[in-house]
Amino acid sequence: MTAATPAAPRPSTGPIALAVVRARSWKVPIALSVFALGAVVLFIGFAAKGRTDFRFSQSSDFFRIPDLTVAAGPVAVVLAIVAVVMAAASWAIVVRGRRVHPWFTAVFAAVFMAGFLTWAAAGEQLPFTALLLGAVTLSVPLVFGALGGVIGERAGVVNVAIEGQLLGGAFCSALVASATGSMTLGLVAAAVAGVLVSFILAAFAIKYLVDQVIVGVVINVLVTGLTNFGYTSILSADPEHLNRRMTLPNLPIPLLSDIPIIGPVLFDHTIIVYIAYVAVAAVWFGLFHTRWGLRVRAVGEHPQAADTVGIDVNRTRFWNVSLAGAIAGLGGAFFTLGSVGIFTEQMTAGQGYIALAAVIFGRWDPIRATLAALLFGFATNLQNILGIIGSPVPSEFLLMLPYVVTIFAVAGLVGKSRAPAADGKPYVK
Amino acid sequence: MSQAQETAAPQPAAPRPDAGKTGATSRGQEVLREIMGGGVVISVLAVLLAFIVGAVLIAVTDPDVQKVSAYFFARPSDTFQAIWHAVGGAYQSLFQGAIYDTARPDFASGIQPLMNTLSVSTPLIFGGLGIALGFRIGLFNIGGQGQILIGGAVAGWLAWSFPMPFPLGLIVAILGGIAGGAVWAGLVGWLKAQTGAHEVIVTIMLNYIAFYLISFLLRTPGALQAKGSNNPKSPAIPTGAQLPALLGTRYAVTWAFVLAVAAVVVYWWLMNRSSLGFRFRAVGENPNAARTAGIGVDRMYIYGMAIAGGFVGLAGVNQVLATNTGGFSSGFDAGIGFNAITVALLGRSRPLGVLIAGLLFGALQSGGYLMQAANGIPVDIVLIVQSLIVLFIAAPPLVRAIFGLPKPGVAPRRARRALAKEAKA
Repeated sequence: MTAATPAAPRPSTGPIALAVVRARSWKVPIALSVFALGAVVLFIGFAAKGRTDFRFSQSSDFFRIPDLTVAAGPVAVVLAIVAVVMAAASWAIVVRGRRVHPWFTAVFAAVFMAGFLTWAAAGEQLPFTALLLGAVTLSVPLVFGALGGVIGERAGVVNVAIEGQLLGGAFCSALVASATGSMTLGLVAAAVAGVLVSFILAAFAIKYLVDQVIVGVVINVLVTGLTNFGYTSILSADPEHLNRRMTLPNLPIPLLSDIPIIGPVLFDHTIIVYIAYVAVAAVWFGLFHTRWGLRVRAVGEHPQAADTVGIDVNRTRFWNVSLAGAIAGLGGAFFTLGSVGIFTEQMTAGQGYIALAAVIFGRWDPIRATLAALLFGFATNLQNILGIIGSPVPSEFLLMLPYVVTIFAVAGLVGKSRAPAADGKPYVK
Repeated sequence: MSQAQETAAPQPAAPRPDAGKTGATSRGQEVLREIMGGGVVISVLAVLLAFIVGAVLIAVTDPDVQKVSAYFFARPSDTFQAIWHAVGGAYQSLFQGAIYDTARPDFASGIQPLMNTLSVSTPLIFGGLGIALGFRIGLFNIGGQGQILIGGAVAGWLAWSFPMPFPLGLIVAILGGIAGGAVWAGLVGWLKAQTGAHEVIVTIMLNYIAFYLISFLLRTPGALQAKGSNNPKSPAIPTGAQLPALLGTRYAVTWAFVLAVAAVVVYWWLMNRSSLGFRFRAVGENPNAARTAGIGVDRMYIYGMAIAGGFVGLAGVNQVLATNTGGFSSGFDAGIGFNAITVALLGRSRPLGVLIAGLLFGALQSGGYLMQAANGIPVDIVLIVQSLIVLFIAAPPLVRAIFGLPKPGVAPRRARRALAKEAKA
């Protein structure tokens, strides 16, 4: 555009000196220092004894990677020192007025985590592959929920009802799968349940202009009540027939599932997990590379503008909130068909709220939200595994970790998160 | 998300009655329509509607109704009788468990359910006030659970660590509980003021953190765990710090209820009479305008969350010093943090409204247990009815459409036609 307008006045002499204003953000160095301090206190103050044995393969694997055994104490101390050096380096970077690159933070996190695992599992065997496998598995419902959240909020409707969509999906998948004997129908029912929950959200938020966060919270209570009621008066009333234990089979992908570490972690799962992979890719591609995605984002960022070019704002919102419900509802089937096989009361246990946190942590981006979900899954599974092998850190603090990290993230350490501009605002012509 | 807090307080979506449009009609009609279209009628109808939906659920899942409905077309009267029996019996139990048990021999024992209702309502009123205060500043406080846990734990710890004679120990514990809740919630306000962190997410996260923190402390000897015990449970509360029974030990209601009524008055004075409350409301109506007018919006967020947390902390105090006097375990919040949200919404964040909403939900809960015991209807029906009440109240146009009520400020005939059109669309 500007190249074609030579009429713009240009200064005649020399290059223009622009005043450069660098806003220095001290948040990253502060955060890294806190973690480095923690590393020093834990790894050096409470020095570990013995050796840590990282196990990468099982005896049944096609390719085997030998176990890695290290002396826990010295290795943890060295990694703590590396962490301190990196934290100091981050201060130096910011003092010079530059930004700390995300990769720098990522490497720091890896160093800290390696040190922590070495220290916490001292004198024990740490099943590394199982740690990652559990992280992927536990994050699956969060991924579905987060995708539902991302679509809803990109379209301008805050989806706090993820919890209700997951729970509704879990209930209906168990009910329909056991009543019909078909797990495929169970999966369909889960998606339909999510859509129904979304209809309530959409009707109240879009038609009756009720505050969306309030509707979401109330829907969660409503679905909790309905599924508890249904569990007691429908599922438990006919235990031989309804709510039988039904789980989807694992479908290992040929060749890929034989790759060491990656194979069992990523390519030996039930169909729901593969659907999650596809859904993440599809939502990312759809949102940023198709006409549908452009419309969704337009409606969420600037509904007036979208309306001006002829997009029906409220209809777009309605159907995309329904789509979000279908995805989140499908995630609910993971709780029943994908893992334990039966429905129990309130079995989602607040995972929908964690998914919501993943949405914001992931800055309303499907890929980043998925990574946030994986982080939450990893933290939960880390607690599980360290609980089994016995760890020096009380399990409650490990369980707290994802929530503390989220607060740090929301408080802006990972970068200022900015919601879609019209998120949560009803559109009235 | 970022703008959600600005409109968080539930407001009737319909436009206010417009005097200009109703000029032609008589004064009496206007007043009548004001009442019919106003908040009170909508609230009553919303409650009625929620009970109707509850009745449908009860009828559909009742085994007797299912049996006789198999020959519905042969003898429909049987079905209606069975439905009447199931629904009528259930709601009769609800009443007997919540207000007055007609099966008891004398008035003194018949009134016991009502006293029980008052005691169940007490923490809901405390919590509801805290959440309502947040709404008035435009903050959505979902962190009731965490604030109850922290407030209650602080109150309990003070009670058994510093045993004091009766009123003194109680006063110290109550003040400690208020402070605990205030600090835990004030943290949210501080984070919002400092970094713009969204309070919905932070409060949810702090719920989990509080829960795990209290769980850890309850199983750690020397922290909150009772001495010489292996269970994750706290010591009993010494009598010097317990909230005493209000009308004798025969009734469940304690002085906490009086405290709750006092808290309603304090809330009324704070929000409607004090200058701090005026600033709170200004920020809630429009933070930008408030900032322009010279109000420190960030500071209001911190103060507001802290005071809200203090109110919610009182619910924790009630749980520890009145309900679980034998010692508490990590689930002592009993879901009050979330129920308080519905109480605040139903009460439209007004002091009297919160009091009434708290009493209503307290009655539903205490009646729900008898309904479960006597009629085999899961107590979860209460959750369904509660959430439906809130949903319906939040959407007056929906309730008006269902009952065919006129829209406020529109000529009745036209309104009905417009509503019919709206319902079709």
